[in-house]
Amino acid sequence: MARQPATVTVDVETCKGCVLCVEVCPPRVLVMSEDTNRMGYRYPLLLDGCTGCELCYKICPDFCFEVYRGARETAA
Amino acid sequence: MSTPPETLHKVSAKPDLLLSTQHSLCPGCGEPLAMRSILELITELGLRDRTICVCGIGCYTAFPGIIDVDVLQALHGRAPSVATGAKRVLPDNFVFTLQGDGDMVSEGLQEIIHSAARGEKFTAVLLNNGVFGETGGHMTTTTVLGQKTKTTMETGRLAERHGYPIKIADLLAQVDGTAYVARGAMHTPAAIKWTKRILREAFEVQLAGKGFSFVEILTMCPTDWFVEPSETPDWVETNFTGTYPLGILKTP
Amino acid sequence: MEGSHAIAEAAIQAGCRFYAGYPITPSTEILEYMSHRLPQVGGVCMNAESEIEAINMVWGAAGCGVRAMIASTGQGISLMQESLAELANAQLPCVVVNMMRGQGDYFQATRGGGHGDYRHIVLAPSTVQEAVELVMLAFYLADKWRNPVDVLGDFLLGHTSEAVDFPSRDETDLPPKTWAATGARGRASHNVTPLGSPEKLNLDPGSHYAHIAAKLPRIAAAEKRCETGLLDDAEVAVVAFGSPARFVKYAVHVCREQGMKVGWVRPISLWPFPSEAVAEAAGCVRALAVFEQNAGQMIDDVRLAVLGTVPVVPIGGISHDHSGFGVGPALEPASIIARITEVYGDRVAA
Repeated sequence: MARQPATVTVDVETCKGCVLCVEVCPPRVLVMSEDTNRMGYRYPLLLDGCTGCELCYKICPDFCFEVYRGARETAA
Repeated sequence: MSTPPETLHKVSAKPDLLLSTQHSLCPGCGEPLAMRSILELITELGLRDRTICVCGIGCYTAFPGIIDVDVLQALHGRAPSVATGAKRVLPDNFVFTLQGDGDMVSEGLQEIIHSAARGEKFTAVLLNNGVFGETGGHMTTTTVLGQKTKTTMETGRLAERHGYPIKIADLLAQVDGTAYVARGAMHTPAAIKWTKRILREAFEVQLAGKGFSFVEILTMCPTDWFVEPSETPDWVETNFTGTYPLGILKTP
Repeated sequence: MEGSHAIAEAAIQAGCRFYAGYPITPSTEILEYMSHRLPQVGGVCMNAESEIEAINMVWGAAGCGVRAMIASTGQGISLMQESLAELANAQLPCVVVNMMRGQGDYFQATRGGGHGDYRHIVLAPSTVQEAVELVMLAFYLADKWRNPVDVLGDFLLGHTSEAVDFPSRDETDLPPKTWAATGARGRASHNVTPLGSPEKLNLDPGSHYAHIAAKLPRIAAAEKRCETGLLDDAEVAVVAFGSPARFVKYAVHVCREQGMKVGWVRPISLWPFPSEAVAEAAGCVRALAVFEQNAGQMIDDVRLAVLGTVPVVPIGGISHDHSGFGVGPALEPASIIARITEVYGDRVAA
């Protein structure tokens, strides 16, 4: 099955810890940190397996996400 | 987080017309999500240079300072009349109101109905979270039966004591001057996608000069619903969409 | 032309291209005239569903840089107060005409019936021709100061017919309305807002209200207007504004014929009040008599202007016809003459 490499970046200091992204991520690759940012909120960390579906970007009220995708890899 | 490898290209980022991501709205608020869709559409439709946003008074009053379009800030409830003046004198401009339920359906009920009846050619956008958010979470005309607010804490809204909510979208669909009425929400990706579609249709009704267009958007308010942000999608489905179902209520 | 129609035509001659109003006596004829005339010049007239909606439609048009006007009477102006206060905070130019029923709206206009530290410039014409000139001036001053300007007429002025001229004005010193919300073609976007500065990212509401209030002394220094007569040897001067001032002038002339040394002072700007002119008149006379058709409103400003240097005597009062519209028996010249005579007799040695 073709898999598309993808990742997201998170503006950690802008995050308000609402957790909506964690709930909405289909491959469940976002987890909340133990650390807190300057505002005192925990923020999402990215595990492996991001598919670049952009749902985290769409659900984030604080515009923290940037989503990156590459060319589709064909299966070996 | 580390910089992504150069083989990957950016596919999503904050809207071009958003001047800052720093805003004072609560964690999990649905209003910035509505603003995102609106700003994306304004860019996609090439409308930035002729857009006038007429903004009401509520939590969303934080937006005029961070969106790259001209804004006429109106008083509480008055945006439809201000938009009427603006659109009538500069009819080639794209004019939309941004109002909460307290602003539009409580304070300004008369204004929105009259503007609809007159068929004023602007688009009215309602951000409906069933509370007066900015002042701390009190009952509005759209608070649903059973909903606990700062002024209905003990019992939730009771028909006997507090009366019934007004379904403004349904009301406006009955008014002859209205060309387009639809309802969306921001609580799930599917709802967000649906809402962007109806916003586009409403904007296109204005651009085609077909008359008054109206989009209601159910937005999450974890603070004044007294739930965690992650509980708000369920809250919308359980408590809100029964009174305010998503759909298109009127087309030209 | 009838006064109401002349006021409306004067606005159009001054470039007014948006009017919103609600029918209310005695301003209704202005709305009627505008509904016929504005479309002829490519303007927009809205017969609004309420006064609050009407003033906010004016807000929208003015916010887009279009000259806009509204007319009503005191009760309607009462309804609009939040908007009238915040139009000043938003620095929006517009003209607000109050066709009064009597003269009881002096406080409402000059003190501001709304909230906060704002003022409108207030102009009070006495004749239909002067109403034409002051309405045209009002649009100029509104644009010059970016502030609402009120014109106080009344039932009598509205329904009096006179021949009028519409003089042209040189307005080349007015800057273009680059602050307006017109769509941000080829420029940075900005806000037109009562809540703070127009800049994005830096609204700074905390500084905004002091900044607006700082305009008021500058307006006050520049925009006082007053007319006086027969003061050189006067022993008593009568202070009056608006159309009753015509009756007062006539009464003063009759008093002169009867040998009394009487003069008159007619404030034309009610805010800023021409205190210096009134104080100067007070310097010559033994008493000031104040004729106004209300329970005593302008008299406060007269007292403030003279600060006790001469007695200030009210000789007006509430006076309506049977329908309550302010064309009452107090305007009878004989009545005014009698009241002036009484003051004169009391204050001037035989």
